[in-house]
Amino acid sequence: MLRREMNRMSFLQIRKLEKTFGSVRVLKGIDLDVEEGGFLVLVGPSGCGKSTLLNSIAGLEKISGGSISIGGRVIDGLHPSQRDIAMVFQSYALYPNMTVAGNIAFGMEIRGVPKAEREKAIASVAEMLQIGHLLDRKPSQLSGGQRQRVAIGRALVRDPQVFLFDEPLSNLDAKLRVDMRTEIKRLHQRMGTTIVYVTHDQIEAMTLATKIAVLKDGVLQQSGTPAEIYNNPANLFVADFMGSPAMNLIPVDVKRNGSGMVVSTPRDGMEPLVVKIPNAPDGLASHDGRPAIFGIRPEALTDHEGADRNARHVFETECLIEVVEPAGSDTFAVTRLGRKPVTARLRADANVVPGTKARLAFNLDKAVFFDPESGRRIG
Amino acid sequence: MTRPAPHNTTEVNRLVRGLIYLVLILFAVYYLLPLYVMVVNSVKPLAEIREGNMLSLPTVFTLEPWFTAWSTAQVGVQATGLKPYFVNSILMTVPAVAISTLLGALNGFVLTKWRFRGDNLVFGLMLLACFIPFQIALIPAARILGLLGLAGTTQGLVLIHVAYGLGFTTLFFRNYYAAFPTELVKAAQIDGASFFQIFWRILLPSSGPIIVVTVIWQFTNIWNDFLFGVSFGDFKSQPMTVALNNLVSSSSGVKEYNVHFAGAILAALPTLVVYIVSGRYFVRGLMAGAVKG
Repeated sequence: MLRREMNRMSFLQIRKLEKTFGSVRVLKGIDLDVEEGGFLVLVGPSGCGKSTLLNSIAGLEKISGGSISIGGRVIDGLHPSQRDIAMVFQSYALYPNMTVAGNIAFGMEIRGVPKAEREKAIASVAEMLQIGHLLDRKPSQLSGGQRQRVAIGRALVRDPQVFLFDEPLSNLDAKLRVDMRTEIKRLHQRMGTTIVYVTHDQIEAMTLATKIAVLKDGVLQQSGTPAEIYNNPANLFVADFMGSPAMNLIPVDVKRNGSGMVVSTPRDGMEPLVVKIPNAPDGLASHDGRPAIFGIRPEALTDHEGADRNARHVFETECLIEVVEPAGSDTFAVTRLGRKPVTARLRADANVVPGTKARLAFNLDKAVFFDPESGRRIG
Repeated sequence: MTRPAPHNTTEVNRLVRGLIYLVLILFAVYYLLPLYVMVVNSVKPLAEIREGNMLSLPTVFTLEPWFTAWSTAQVGVQATGLKPYFVNSILMTVPAVAISTLLGALNGFVLTKWRFRGDNLVFGLMLLACFIPFQIALIPAARILGLLGLAGTTQGLVLIHVAYGLGFTTLFFRNYYAAFPTELVKAAQIDGASFFQIFWRILLPSSGPIIVVTVIWQFTNIWNDFLFGVSFGDFKSQPMTVALNNLVSSSSGVKEYNVHFAGAILAALPTLVVYIVSGRYFVRGLMAGAVKG
């Protein structure tokens, strides 16, 4: 790879990061790269280590092993104020005894920036975030959304190389969260600064990120673009975590049938479901005679009229529908395959009645397979 | 005919309410009686006191005993009144309160926001200090003051009071700062603020309630202290409490009760004023930070 490309690829480099609290290993050998101007989202369930990872990048936690570098400069070991980063906290962490202007200016004051420059910086940030009319108020006199913007303003004025966001939208109500999400994305497009963003909300991750890193128990499960994570999950955990409603994970038995592979699974109220897998991947072939997990997202499992017309391989069959959930824009139908509930996403006006059979179309282009013991993707 | 027993809840409530008020009034009278006696008798001339009725209001009102108590009464071997000792008390109390509050705040800050190995042990030891009785500390304190050459001086008294009060002030501030969001300290660290900058500019300005609590607590305890004052003060540095004792026990024949009463009230006045002015902030301050805002 060209050196230019390498630099573009790894502006923020994390190598074999280890963090131990006493005897508990919280981060286990994390390797991550973020390109300059990228938006990296760290996502995972509570306790997976994403906040610890963010704090390690910020320098608020000392790492136990590995290295972190930004723009080629190794930063682990440096004091947080010397890493050229700025952070927005989940609770905004605004200084309660200072006005909004004071909050934004505090860092500059400490660094000895002259007053005139400080005023200019405050004014430009206030204009960008539309908080100019709030400059003389104290944090206790602001609403949640306003406090959030002040917190972002305080980070912006630092003009850092990397912005760090620690679940900034968690404390906002649902509508405000959606609005602020768009504002953050717009801000990123306008400023072009590298961002590392922590969230447990996978929708935030999908909509904001240029790169997603999924963490579980301190181990990096997969990192890639949102499309890669969504369509090509590396293991069962990633497949299940991303996407709402979650991917259907159906236990099946793999068998060789002539020149191709076939998967079969019991089907409630009917004879077992047998699906021929076209262009079966090698991983599936090596699983001949063993169980596997057949993964298919609800939107790849539809009614006949709603099936993707561009799909190359669509398998249609009848299934006994247990529950029908009309959700306004779609209708979700739940059936049982492999003795597990399976959700299909049908068109809103699809004619389905619970307790009867309906014809479902499986889009096999989107099917993925996993090994049930290791959880890893096999095809 | 006997009164019918109350058989609805309103009547019972009123009876109970009346009983409660009666008990409360009795307690209040019992509690306030000494103060009443003191105030009433401190404005009577001696002749009237000798007549014997302690509870009666003065027929002749005079402030003479107060002036005497302040500037001319016999205290020990000198007839200086309580004024110089009042000044001694102030010179001792104000620095002691200020220093012990400041150090307590620093301790609380370190113990909650800068975790280190053994910090709970250190806090536990400081807590223990709250339980050590004055009397046990007397002899070691006397030794140390002697070694430092501070025996009998106001500075020595300040030192003793600071050392003794540190356990309490650390406790107050530590509990308050434990509820203080740590993310604020982290944000300040990222902004580049040093330990003392964080302390002065972010922590202290938000510590109003607990500072009030600590100041009230320390002022009351140090001002009213008798034991340390009598053990470690000499006639140049004795606080008001000791002087009051001397005033009352210096008998030159006639016991001037009105002067003694006036002196006692003078001695108690500062703490009384502190509580009247800021007493409500005491409970508010203790409760502040207990509920997340």
